[in-house]
Amino acid sequence: MSSLIHWIASELEAHALLIIVLIKVLLILFIVLTVNAYLTWFERKVVAHMQSRWGPHRVGPHGLLQPLADGAKFLLKEDPTPAGVDRFTYFLAPLMALALSLTSIAIIPFGPRSLYVFGYEIKLQIADLNIGILALFAITALSVYGVALAGWSSNSKYPLLGGLRSSAQMVSYELALTMSVVGVLLMAGSFDLRKIIDQQAAHAQWGIFGWNLWPQILGFVCFGIAAIAETNRVPFDLPEAESELVAGFHTEYASFKFAMFFIAEYTSMITVSALCTIMFFGGWLSPFPASWTFTHYLPSVLLIPFGLWVIWDGIRYETIFGRIVLPGIGTVITALGAALLVFPAANEFIQGPFWLLGKILFFLFVYVWLRGTLPRFRYDQLMSFGWKLLLPVSIANVVITAFILLLRGSK
Amino acid sequence: MTPQLVIFFVLAAVAVLGAASLIFQRHPIHSALSLIVVMVALAGLYLLMGADFVAAVQIIVYGGAIMVLFIFVIMLLNAGIEERTNASRLARFAGVPLTVVLLGILAVAIARSQVASQPAQLADTHKISMQLFTEFVYPFELTSFLILVAILGALVLAQRES
Repeated sequence: MSSLIHWIASELEAHALLIIVLIKVLLILFIVLTVNAYLTWFERKVVAHMQSRWGPHRVGPHGLLQPLADGAKFLLKEDPTPAGVDRFTYFLAPLMALALSLTSIAIIPFGPRSLYVFGYEIKLQIADLNIGILALFAITALSVYGVALAGWSSNSKYPLLGGLRSSAQMVSYELALTMSVVGVLLMAGSFDLRKIIDQQAAHAQWGIFGWNLWPQILGFVCFGIAAIAETNRVPFDLPEAESELVAGFHTEYASFKFAMFFIAEYTSMITVSALCTIMFFGGWLSPFPASWTFTHYLPSVLLIPFGLWVIWDGIRYETIFGRIVLPGIGTVITALGAALLVFPAANEFIQGPFWLLGKILFFLFVYVWLRGTLPRFRYDQLMSFGWKLLLPVSIANVVITAFILLLRGSK
Repeated sequence: MTPQLVIFFVLAAVAVLGAASLIFQRHPIHSALSLIVVMVALAGLYLLMGADFVAAVQIIVYGGAIMVLFIFVIMLLNAGIEERTNASRLARFAGVPLTVVLLGILAVAIARSQVASQPAQLADTHKISMQLFTEFVYPFELTSFLILVAILGALVLAQRES
């Protein structure tokens, strides 16, 4: 028995790096999929309140179990394969869309510091590549196929039109997307996402004014617009324009294959928000000057009142289930906030991820906000906007940035 | 066998099978998909040699941009399954021997060259860009000029039609 345990221990030690990576991958997958599910809830709630509705509120308190019900529905629904589809490509397309969008999360660093468990360094990032941003663009470049092939293989006119539109749109906006970050890359002198954030930390005393947002404001505007087009979101959701194309490229997909496209879209929203945060909004840097150490209590200051509010809201909730669950959640949140006050080391560790995730949440809100606000582009408007305005402006940004960097003689 | 060698053989097999599938598939979309597999496998081989930048560019430019255009055109024309014709008699008799000769020449050339024994020189981005903008600056700029000419040519052809 002891020899068996000894053998297991030695095997674990020999493959420790592999095991750490596997655990991280599983953990990130779980987190991302859960966040995706609640992102749908968040989107429906926010859009509903913008339109003076309540949004989902039947399943669970405040509709919090709605994503679970939706997931079960996707899994249990009938999954018909239409006649005349190209079977291999029809099954490949949703797999490709999902796999590629989930892969891109691996490159995002979620915090500056590493955890140390049993002497092993655990970075808050699955793949620390020195060509980080290029690898991300490589994955984005391939993700067009999910949509295009879904449209083609369905063997139906609306999906085909949706697939054609999306491949044209994504190719056009990918150019502007890539050109708009070149300015940032020139300033950082690296493709490494961590180095890009470190370069913004050079002016830690300036807080929010040290970020790339200000010198690269043109790049940021181009990136923001192109990123929304890349993720096929309103107002650039022409591939699935439901008033014209039924549901566009995924018209013929049902049940879980449809859910895979759905998850892919929300995952790429998260990736793009993270990328935008890292490139232009200082990543995990605090918006306050570095000397303002009292801002380190901000996570607790936000969490404790929020938790208390959830408890207060919960005990007055109309259903008994809600009166039990909501105060429970509130207690957990309050306890988390209090724990951060008690353990300063944990509080210090949480600073980076706190700001990064906070900014990502802000951009996700902007996505939803745009959906609740803007009408869809016309197709010719979309194309002329991408090619005649966005691309020239982002190229001009590259030229101006290069010129200024040359004048200042840095790098 | 080192893990690198195993990965190399897997990727090489994928690339060769993809290339064979590219020829044997009857439908243009399937052929194009096979070509994407070849491109990605090649990118994996570059990665194995430590050429991260080249691998990323391979996927972005070939796997992404160029193949998307291929697929876009096939979709736009709604091309169907290709029809088999009686292959030309010349190809039927001369094809296999010529292929063997070509492979033989390639094998001899590779065996004689020093390529395999040299470690990858153009590994990182900095070195590649230094080479591109100093030693190879004229070919590099001429290539961009060539692409510009191609774009203008496409424009002229498109304008003539309307």
